[in-house]
Amino acid sequence: MSERLSVFKTYKLYVGGKFPRSESGRVYEVTGSKDENWLANAPLSSRKDARDAVVAARKAFGGWSGATAYNRGQVLYRVAEMLEGRRSQFTREVADAEGLSKAKAAALVDLTVDRWVWYAGWTDKIAQIAGGANPVAGPFFNLSTPEPTGVVAVLAPQESSLLGLVSVLAPVIATGNTAVVVASERSPLPALSLGEVLATSDVPGGVVNVLSGRTAEIAPTLASHMDVNAVDLTGADPALATELEIAAADNLKRVLRPRTGEDFAATPGTERLTAFLETKTVWHTTGSLGASGSSY
Amino acid sequence: MAPIVPDAPAAGRPRWPTGVGNGIGSRHSPLPFSYTRRYARVVTMSTTPHVPAAHALTDVTGSDASLRRFLHGLPGVDAVGLEARAAALGTRSIKTTSKAYALDLAISMVDLTTLEGADTPGKVRALGAKAVHPDPTDRTAPATAAVCVYPDMVAVAKEAVAGSGVKVASVATAFPAGRASMAVKLADVREAVDAGADEVDMVIDRGAFLSGRYLKVFEEITAVKQACGDAARLKVIFETGELSTYDNIRRASWLAMLAGADFIKTSTGKVAVNATPANTLLMLQAVRDFRDRTGVQIGVKPAGGIRTAKDAVKFLVLVGETAGTDWLDPHWFRFGASSLLNDLLMQRQKLATGRYSGPDYVTVD
Repeated sequence: MSERLSVFKTYKLYVGGKFPRSESGRVYEVTGSKDENWLANAPLSSRKDARDAVVAARKAFGGWSGATAYNRGQVLYRVAEMLEGRRSQFTREVADAEGLSKAKAAALVDLTVDRWVWYAGWTDKIAQIAGGANPVAGPFFNLSTPEPTGVVAVLAPQESSLLGLVSVLAPVIATGNTAVVVASERSPLPALSLGEVLATSDVPGGVVNVLSGRTAEIAPTLASHMDVNAVDLTGADPALATELEIAAADNLKRVLRPRTGEDFAATPGTERLTAFLETKTVWHTTGSLGASGSSY
Repeated sequence: MAPIVPDAPAAGRPRWPTGVGNGIGSRHSPLPFSYTRRYARVVTMSTTPHVPAAHALTDVTGSDASLRRFLHGLPGVDAVGLEARAAALGTRSIKTTSKAYALDLAISMVDLTTLEGADTPGKVRALGAKAVHPDPTDRTAPATAAVCVYPDMVAVAKEAVAGSGVKVASVATAFPAGRASMAVKLADVREAVDAGADEVDMVIDRGAFLSGRYLKVFEEITAVKQACGDAARLKVIFETGELSTYDNIRRASWLAMLAGADFIKTSTGKVAVNATPANTLLMLQAVRDFRDRTGVQIGVKPAGGIRTAKDAVKFLVLVGETAGTDWLDPHWFRFGASSLLNDLLMQRQKLATGRYSGPDYVTVD
């Protein structure tokens, strides 16, 4: 038998449920963390790719935020199932990207799967801890409910290429937002492969859009975009974060500042879930019920 | 009959001096219908008799046979070439100042349209206000060309755009199907014109056209043109999505132009296939050739399915490259659209501020 030709993978963006190349046609070389070996070419996104991704995310927002929390939980659990089936692929990619041993990388992938399961469970429980029925002195029901903010631009952490990415992405979409993610500039390959996982689970196209490229080139477009409702600046260095926060002020975006030394392996808590929720309070007359209780 | 070569390169065509052929109303066909006499009292009609147009094509409309001979004698359309040409012109890059000019020109060419069963006077008033000031936050944005409504909303629309120069267009002749008797169609037109419509958008009888009764279609258009009188310009809608072939679109274009249309329009926006770059290119070739033959300039209006500023700019390139820059004017080219305007405004805001805008910053309609 003759020797097989090697088949290289063409990494592509994930926008609106499809896998386009960058509109600009540009790519950049991605190398391993330790050995500087060439791994693959990744698309070098332009500001127009960012614009298209925002359009896709906005289009998907109505359906995703309108889905029941229970349904969203099922969909996110399905992502965990799909990721589990691709363990070996992601183990290899994470090991190459972050310069880890196979065993350590496998542990990170397991943790990532568990992270999806964790957030899948929170979708229909976050309303109980972030909202509630408020006692008021009048014949009203007064209810506070958390609502998704809208389209969230997420700058994924630069160091943790898969676990970090999922740790910032999953809470955004668990609560009904849609996301435009800028992958780690140095190690974008696990993020681009995650797009394939999302496409084969039941996540509607456009709910998550993954861009790769220079964070400093794409992020200002997203931060100043009037149709983006919030930005997570986790992957920005301090100087860039300041600049982006100023740009984001134009339409009063919700901004999550980067935190130094964030440990993505630790139990995440609910902080990231509530970061992109807005509380809506409604008053509703009790009707025939008296203020102090039942009339019957 | 001299051969017509619609695909002749632009450089080889004779150019007409500015102003020649811009006259509207040089019509040539007296109406043979008894029902036009029935409505003659109430229709606003010119007191001077219609002078036959002094062009070479007057004889082709004499009988059904000669009209058919003429229309079937038009050269067949090279469908592959047409689509390739339209696609090639769509790749042109329009940037910076050219883009700013194109966006403003496109805004000024929009026939802002609402043709829903659920239209209310309130919605039409809102549409009128938007037509006059498309971007309330930026008064440098030009007004649109017209608002386009159903005949019963013309009076409301007229009031909403009063004093602004924005025209009121009304669809008529049993829009969108056109399946009604001639008396009903003319009454529809008359109502729109009496209510003050500046432009009337009629639909042709596609059934008659497709079964080859060209003279019936011709006579309907001349009758409606007569009912419009001098008060309103007439746009003739072909519903290109129902005409099946490019050859039919070319024939319909010539038929309508011979019958006295002031504008030829692709579609109603109510069927699956509406304006495409290819069928609009074909119609632009027709108006170009018609002016070369007769000296009469006719407008073109693609309608339906044009939603983005990028699409609109592609159409403007088609106009400039095919019909010529004489047509790059709201008097001769229009977009029938509703959601297009918002995208044009968002692109305009992007150019002005440098940041991408969103649907939250334009009006919902």
